[in-house]
Amino acid sequence: MSADKKQKIPRQPMPEQEPKVRARNFDEVPFGYSPETAMLEASRCLQCKKPKCVEGCPVNVKIPEFIGLIAEGDFVGAARKLKETNALPAVCGRVCPQETQCEAKCVVGKKGEPVAIGRLERFAADYERDHDAVTKPAMAPSTGKKVAIVGSGPAGLTCAGDLIKLGHEVTVFEALHKPGGVLVYGIPEFRLPKAIVQAEVDYLKSLGVKVELDFVVGMLDTVDELLAKYDAVFIGTGAGLPVFMNIPGENLNGVYSANEYLTRSNLMKAYLFPEYDTPIVKGKKVAVFGGGNVAMDASRTALRLGAEHSYIVYRRSEAEMPARNEEIHHAVEEGVELVLLANPVRIVGNDEGWVSGVECVRMELGEPDESGRRRPVPVEGSEFILEVDTVVVAIGNGPNPLVPNTTPGLELTRWGNIKADEETGQTSREGVFAGGDIVTGAATVIMAMGAGKKAAVAIHEYLQDK
Amino acid sequence: MNRIVAKEEFSRDPAVYMMQIEAPLIAKKARGGQFIVLRINEQGERIPLTIADTDLEKGLVTIVFQVVGKSTAALGQLEVGEEILDFIGPLGKPTHMDNYGTVLCVAGGIGIAPVHNIVRELKKHGNKVITIMGARTKELLFWEDKMRALSDEVYVTTDDGSYGRHGLVTAVEQELLEKDRDQGDINLVIGIGPPIMMKFVAKTSEPFGVKTLVSLNPIMVDATGMCGACRVTVGGKTRFVCVDGPEFDGHQVDFDELFTRQRIYPEQEKLSMELFRQQQACGCGCGCDQGEAS
Ligand SMILES: Cc1cc2nc3c(=O)[nH]c(=O)nc-3n(C[C@H](O)[C@H](O)[C@H](O)COP(=O)(O)OP(=O)(O)OC[C@H]3O[C@@H](n4cnc5c(N)ncnc54)[C@H](O)[C@@H]3O)c2cc1C
Ligand SMILES: Cc1cc2nc3c(=O)[nH]c(=O)nc-3n(C[C@H](O)[C@H](O)[C@H](O)COP(=O)(O)OP(=O)(O)OC[C@H]3O[C@@H](n4cnc5c(N)ncnc54)[C@H](O)[C@@H]3O)c2cc1C
Ligand code: SF4
Ligand code: SF4
Ligand code: FES
Repeated sequence: MSADKKQKIPRQPMPEQEPKVRARNFDEVPFGYSPETAMLEASRCLQCKKPKCVEGCPVNVKIPEFIGLIAEGDFVGAARKLKETNALPAVCGRVCPQETQCEAKCVVGKKGEPVAIGRLERFAADYERDHDAVTKPAMAPSTGKKVAIVGSGPAGLTCAGDLIKLGHEVTVFEALHKPGGVLVYGIPEFRLPKAIVQAEVDYLKSLGVKVELDFVVGMLDTVDELLAKYDAVFIGTGAGLPVFMNIPGENLNGVYSANEYLTRSNLMKAYLFPEYDTPIVKGKKVAVFGGGNVAMDASRTALRLGAEHSYIVYRRSEAEMPARNEEIHHAVEEGVELVLLANPVRIVGNDEGWVSGVECVRMELGEPDESGRRRPVPVEGSEFILEVDTVVVAIGNGPNPLVPNTTPGLELTRWGNIKADEETGQTSREGVFAGGDIVTGAATVIMAMGAGKKAAVAIHEYLQDK
Repeated sequence: MNRIVAKEEFSRDPAVYMMQIEAPLIAKKARGGQFIVLRINEQGERIPLTIADTDLEKGLVTIVFQVVGKSTAALGQLEVGEEILDFIGPLGKPTHMDNYGTVLCVAGGIGIAPVHNIVRELKKHGNKVITIMGARTKELLFWEDKMRALSDEVYVTTDDGSYGRHGLVTAVEQELLEKDRDQGDINLVIGIGPPIMMKFVAKTSEPFGVKTLVSLNPIMVDATGMCGACRVTVGGKTRFVCVDGPEFDGHQVDFDELFTRQRIYPEQEKLSMELFRQQQACGCGCGCDQGEAS
């Protein structure tokens, strides 16, 4: 096919559940490509000699190669090609912000719409899993060295996967009762089915990775105690500390952090209450504070739990929202209402100590701040009350201090993140490496995986010299 | 893993059980004042329970719990030999140990269990320990012998006068603090029991200016500081009980907020319990109303 002809093929949409229907269930929103659609979409790729798209991907997935294999109908081959650089393609294909990464750089996107790299990635990975075509990679002979990984989020899992292939003995320690980090407790089922995360963990286990659940490092063994039993430690404990607004009324009943709201719903399956024991407040009018992906997930969860109104209260305008466009679009399509240029100043309660509303002040955009976004300033006297019975605060997460506090000599930034070398993950402590959200602050799945990968290389080198 | 190796029914109404769980790693690390979180099965809720005792040699952790809803009811039905799916800990900060001089421990109801572990450690640190233990009625008292063996002085009260002194623990607390006013031997009060009791233990000691620790029990989820469900206001600041506590200065705690926050899910808790009872009655496990007998 000539490049000209290729450019005439439109970007293939992915079929998805109708907004009205899906807003009331927890099933995954998009259905994924059929093999035919995938091949058609794959044929749009120009197979660039110097592929720009690869530069946009934090782990440099071999994009033209895997897409070429899909175009030829070798779906399993495509999945294997993906896995050479990306241990979790079924996850990344779903949750990566492709529009600012790989797809943002795709040359096809210069004139028209970029190749749907994420959708193709998802397709190949799903195909391999659904057809039981997952095979074990080549494994290096055992080195007799042991590595402890703290945290089973994308950073920890990626690091574990790479190290086991290099012949080291790997044990992952996870505080919660399920592995996956934010992938299981934060990101909702309708965006990332938990069975996929479980399949990835099962795969790592089949390679020999040991996973110790219910193990809170710092409370049971500390990092130093792990160092006495293992040759190296990788810390990937994530950004699991909810930030509140510090406004009056935040401890009223019906006010949640996004972490609590999503953990109840996802990890504890409160949406299946009473079949599952953990309850959740099923508000009729829910206000979510914030404008990122987490806020979108919370407001869409609220709809699925039966809310008649699910508001997003954000102090800037839609253009400044940090959430992915696709997520905002999905949310609004499902009925989430955006209350923009409004900042909550107080949560109002009734006599029983329950939320009854949120007092907000109108904002207008002033001069740009250091992030380049226009700074919102309150309009005096513009206070108004939004009547709600549930509030979810989704304005960010900080680093969980449990491991830093119990590891003497571990240097931290002034925000409490672990200081680690960007290329190697090396911390101020010998034999201790770190990566993911605990180092960078809340970022993305693929960034955390990239950090886990780099650390695996550095740990491997460290162990050889040791 | 997490096998139940011993079980004892302390009382029937309300039902209170003691269990010993095989959890050697936790037993090794646990200190007074800390707790565990457990989940019975795949559908289960994560519930926190205080570590009442540990047996290092055998690797056992003792819990004492009162049946108040579905999870504790289901836990109470497990028998020796069965396993608990998840058993996580130790969690929370241990009670700060020091030689304080004389410590007055006030234990109410189920609070006797956590106080026991603390008294044991206080003694190790050379403290004189006076313990007041109270219950609604005689049947609900347990571990009096253990407490007497550990403490220098023990006072027992029952609300109905069926055993020990008739009245509340706080009456004895008041008397002891008054008697001590001139000596000033009592340098610390530790109060653990129902939240309302802790509020009054703190209120009683406040005029005497004696530092008072209480162990708070808000609703929790992860218990690792990740969700904020357990937040309470102490001294005007929001704190997370699971990682900053569970023990706080009782004179600074906003108890009324704690009481309110303990009642977020009354309807759901009731529904859970009703469905559980129906399943029990029926025996077929389907939740239908048709007991085998009918
Ligand atoms: C609701 C939500 C939606 C998101 N959506 C997206 C998205 O669409 N796309 C995207 O790219 N990114 C998204 N992110 C961000 C992304 O999920 C994170 O950047 C990523 O998961 C970070 O990975 P990590 O491995 O560093 O940490 P985490 O995923 O946070 O995992 C850390 C793990 O360590 C465990 N742990 C912590 N302390 C201890 C301890 N002391 N002992 C043992 N274990 C411990 C934790 O329980 C957890 O399981 C989202 C985040 C949230 C909260
Ligand atoms: C640090 C701590 C230590 C505790 N130690 C003990 C103990 O040693 N012995 C004991 O009998 N009880 C203890 N509790 C209380 C115990 O956790 C609750 O009784 C139990 O969770 C009730 O669960 P349920 O399903 O049986 O009852 P439900 O019907 O669910 O609830 C009954 C009441 O228990 C409280 N509760 C419910 N769910 C939770 C939860 N997930 N976390 C905390 N509280 C909840 C609520 O106030 C609720 O109104 C402790 C609580 C905390 C926070
Ligand atoms: S991992 Fe993410 S950024 Fe990289 S190619 Fe895949 S979807 Fe794009
Ligand atoms: S830049 Fe676009 S067209 Fe070129 S190889 Fe990458 S995906 Fe294909
Ligand atoms: S229970 Fe989640 S932070 Fe304390």
